[in-house]
Amino acid sequence: MLDRVSKTYNRRGPALERISLHVEPKEFVIIVGPSGAGKSTLFKLLTREEKPTSGKIIVGGIDYEHLKDRDVPLLRRKIGVVFQDFKLLNNKTVYENVAFALEIAGISSSEIKHTVPKVLDVVGLKGKENNYPLELSGGERQRVAIARAIIRQPKILIADEPTGNLDPKHAWDVIKVLEKINKFGTTVLLTTHNQEIVNTLKRRVVTIRDGHIVSDKAVGQYKNS
Amino acid sequence: MKDHKYITVERIIKNGFVNFGRNVWLAVAAIAMMGITLTILLFAIIANATFTHTINDLTSHIDVVEYLKDNVSQSQVDRQIRDLKSLPEVKNATYTSKADALLAYEKLNANNPTLLAAISQTDNPLPASITIKPSDPNRLQDIQDFLNKPSQKVLQSDPTSYSGDRKAAIDKITSATHFFQQAGIVGIIVFIVISMLIIFNTIRMAIFNRRDELIIMRLLGASTSYIRGPFVVETMLYGAVAAAISLIVCWSLFKVASSTLQASSLGLLDIGYSNNYFSNHAASILTIQILVGILIGAASSLIATRRYLKFNRQ
Repeated sequence: MLDRVSKTYNRRGPALERISLHVEPKEFVIIVGPSGAGKSTLFKLLTREEKPTSGKIIVGGIDYEHLKDRDVPLLRRKIGVVFQDFKLLNNKTVYENVAFALEIAGISSSEIKHTVPKVLDVVGLKGKENNYPLELSGGERQRVAIARAIIRQPKILIADEPTGNLDPKHAWDVIKVLEKINKFGTTVLLTTHNQEIVNTLKRRVVTIRDGHIVSDKAVGQYKNS
Repeated sequence: MKDHKYITVERIIKNGFVNFGRNVWLAVAAIAMMGITLTILLFAIIANATFTHTINDLTSHIDVVEYLKDNVSQSQVDRQIRDLKSLPEVKNATYTSKADALLAYEKLNANNPTLLAAISQTDNPLPASITIKPSDPNRLQDIQDFLNKPSQKVLQSDPTSYSGDRKAAIDKITSATHFFQQAGIVGIIVFIVISMLIIFNTIRMAIFNRRDELIIMRLLGASTSYIRGPFVVETMLYGAVAAAISLIVCWSLFKVASSTLQASSLGLLDIGYSNNYFSNHAASILTIQILVGILIGAASSLIATRRYLKFNRQ
């Protein structure tokens, strides 16, 4: 939940201005808008990479206003994040990349060995455990990133342009995985420029332009402008 | 089942070792400079011990000898010793009778019949004496003042011996030791600072090389200690390796020095004693070096990561 949230960077105009947004648990929300509209800033506020200039943010009962710096890592472990550029470690295998998220959280090796194959199966990467990211297609790499994001069973998954670098076939593969995860009960926030995906999914669509929410429709449509 | 904290600490240490293996070539300069610093520290410890030994050795030979007239009675001698021992500047006072003095003389000149013939039991010219050990060589003057009193003078047959030249030598060594101690401390501080600056640079390069990995770790929710910890472990390893290298180099140097100089003395530095001290204290010296090396490594990487890993606090 965001309540009148603003974010202003130095010497620039406000990236976001008095944004209010309420997302229910298990919802699938698509956030659209042109480049520079403020979508990425919104996600950076949610992952606490940035602090808002004003306003209130509450995610999964955690009020960011009272969140101490030392508790930020714990917050991030509760939020899954997927990036347009995958952010995978190219010197680690698929298995190691996914296991990395659990190692950081202090999960035991036996539990990691038990969990990673299951999650790779969910995203359709069974058999690719020992491949390195550069040996995979874009869609497969993005699915590795999704596996890493969901392995800690977050309540919310933020996917920032996950299909931006993919061809239509692979883009749909990724979207299908996100829908599957949503079905399991994870709230999904997705940003995309892909008109076809938005219009086919028939989900809630929030449109941001120039730092403001200009529309919020339960079953939205999107037109590239 | 291990708890999360234990697993995390285990992984931090493991990652530190892995990073050390990856960056060992990058770290050569840091390890070398730390090795030089620890070698200077080692030499400072040994030089200090050797100088202290030399001073103690010389100090133990400083004494004041009061020669007594033949007519001084035993009760006067006893009272004199009691009075001397009651002085705070006197560590000990021992009496040597005329007969004991003669025995000592005969023993000293056993190979010189001419000198032995000059003195006999019936005609013993050697006076009885009281040998006074000062508690502090710098307070010799106080003892001198006491013995120069008229009440003392009447007991004395000859002028009292004060080991004055030895006192001057001790003063010179003491001031030289102080100088070397201060120079050693300044040298160690300078080299510690240089080592730390080189470690800063090494860590900065390591952080730069692993920037993507560190950013991903941060985004996935790695704690600050999980990100910084391996760097600290890595630089602590630099310190331990530098300590081992320094000890091996010093051990080789001492081995060469002792065989070529044959336990001789180089001015104030008694190489023989230094060599023995090094051999006898090798374990504790290595421990000190490792601890200091680890401390320098840990302190510099803590500062460096605090400075160069600012993004992890977001």
